Amino acid sequence: MRILNQIIAVCSINLKSLPQRFWLSFSTVVAVAMVVTVLLGFLALAAGFKRTLDGTGSDTIAILLRDGSQQEVNSVVMLDQIRLIGEAPGIVRKPDGNPLISGELYVIVDGVKRSTGLKANLPLRGIGKDGAALRDDLTITQGRMFEPGSNEIVVGEGLVREFAGFDLGSEVRLGTGTWKVVGVFSMKGSVFESELWGDAAVVQSLFRRGSSFQTVRVRLESPEAIDQLRDYVAGEPRLKLEVFSEKGYFAGQSSNTVKLIQNAGWPLAIAMALGALAGALNTMYSSVASRAREIATLRCLGFGGFPSFVATLLESLVLAGIGGVIGSMGIFLFFDGFSTSTLGQGFTQIVFSVSLTPALVKQGIILALLVGLIGGFFPALRAARVPIVTAYSQG
Amino acid sequence: MTALISIQGGAKRFVKGRETITIFDHLDMTIEAGDFIAIMGPSGSGKTTLLNLLGGIDRATAGSITFAGQRLDQMSEGQLSAWRAANVGFIFQFYNLMPALNAARNVELPLLLTSLGGGERKRRVETALQIVGLAERAKHFPREMSGGQQQRVAIARAIVADPKMLLCDEPTGDLDRKTADEILSMLQLLNKEMGKTIIMVTHDPEAARYANRVLHLDKGRFVEQVAA
Repeated sequence: MRILNQIIAVCSINLKSLPQRFWLSFSTVVAVAMVVTVLLGFLALAAGFKRTLDGTGSDTIAILLRDGSQQEVNSVVMLDQIRLIGEAPGIVRKPDGNPLISGELYVIVDGVKRSTGLKANLPLRGIGKDGAALRDDLTITQGRMFEPGSNEIVVGEGLVREFAGFDLGSEVRLGTGTWKVVGVFSMKGSVFESELWGDAAVVQSLFRRGSSFQTVRVRLESPEAIDQLRDYVAGEPRLKLEVFSEKGYFAGQSSNTVKLIQNAGWPLAIAMALGALAGALNTMYSSVASRAREIATLRCLGFGGFPSFVATLLESLVLAGIGGVIGSMGIFLFFDGFSTSTLGQGFTQIVFSVSLTPALVKQGIILALLVGLIGGFFPALRAARVPIVTAYSQG
Repeated sequence: MTALISIQGGAKRFVKGRETITIFDHLDMTIEAGDFIAIMGPSGSGKTTLLNLLGGIDRATAGSITFAGQRLDQMSEGQLSAWRAANVGFIFQFYNLMPALNAARNVELPLLLTSLGGGERKRRVETALQIVGLAERAKHFPREMSGGQQQRVAIARAIVADPKMLLCDEPTGDLDRKTADEILSMLQLLNKEMGKTIIMVTHDPEAARYANRVLHLDKGRFVEQVAA
């Protein structure tokens, strides 16, 4: 109880005297806040990107790509292969007995970013007549769906938000033709909202793709039915294709980009944390030096060294903790939900929202406290060892 | 009178590079309970070092220091801290109050080392502040008080845990003559009325007049012992 009283008293003296060391303490808070801001900025970008791609796709939709192509943009699927896929087991059939299947094209077109005015690659997807039925959360929020066989396109909400010239009713020049935007769609923030959709046959024609497609989408009877489809494709020598669940495909697409963002974020944050650590050490050593006579006086009165150790460490943790909270709040207030885009693995822009999750805030606060702990530990040791005769010093 | 604290064969030496500096050697002294001693001497004579040894905040190189039968030189750092808390009140030249705490909280500090509850601590703080005439200043911070008032708060802090001995290092060195006399009168009163043993280091002959005995320390030896 007595040691607790001592610790409370010394901590109280330390914290109450912080205003006397305002600017030095403030600089530590700012340094730690910047570290946390940078770290959380990167992590929130990665989390937002991952959420967008992970939230895309269904496990009852299968995607088929040319074997080894990995990306839609690299794949080629011929019309006769699509007919063969339509005969596979495990695929949902429509009332007329035909399979629910969509041969799709994935063409890169130019767009201009609203924020920078710079050109960027956008995906124009040609979808078959069942293409819309193979998107579970599709909602036309403005206008209508394109008419098959026409030069009409519908555009994702994310794309309209980030890129100029695709508002409802606009006419845009893509490839060799002019297209009219007749609708805007949403898909719960998924990656499809970064796309333009037109009729597959018209895209084939205006982009001189003949009768080839790049991917095939089918609706499965159940998530498990994908194994039947894989077995069928493996046993059919004319189908040199790879089968993915749509959900798994997009999750795989996110991992490399997420790793890239995280791999940039953590080293940068750690490098900055080392700088902040030097600042914290300087602040806390100065704090101990400025309080040396107070600490020695308390030791004279009979206080132990441990309360001074705890109080110095606590001061450092409090400053770093405040920095961590300010850094987290900065990201939350100014960037959480902020819409941006980056190059995805299909060499096209993917629009996503920065997402600050509680787990990320926890990581940021832990890093801040780590800076405070290390930055305070050695000065705290010095505080515990201040020579008692320092009490007799002047000023 | 009985001996409260004594040094037998006390020595203090420092090693600086290859040189050994002797502050004092073979020093003997005995201070009776209820005594009021002034220690005078030129700078570097070892006054403050002696005070540090008597207060258990520094250790002698040789010799023994005994307080009421207890050997300070044989105590651990923790035991010395507990001994200081129970037996010694310190009064410094520059008051050494905590700027972040008000007068009452400053005075309460030594009581945090006891097992007293909050109510009893408050009562004792009020009594100590009344003794030094600053009861109405309990909520004031050091920056809101004059030097003399701050030293009186420091005296209240020194006596609040009812120690047997007060160690004063130039207690009036930072004060004008009139305020210094008030502080010295207060120390004299604490000695006479409350029986506190007081050991005061001072350069000021006027201050020394308030003591019962004056010890002159020069080059590590008591060269003169005068009854005040």
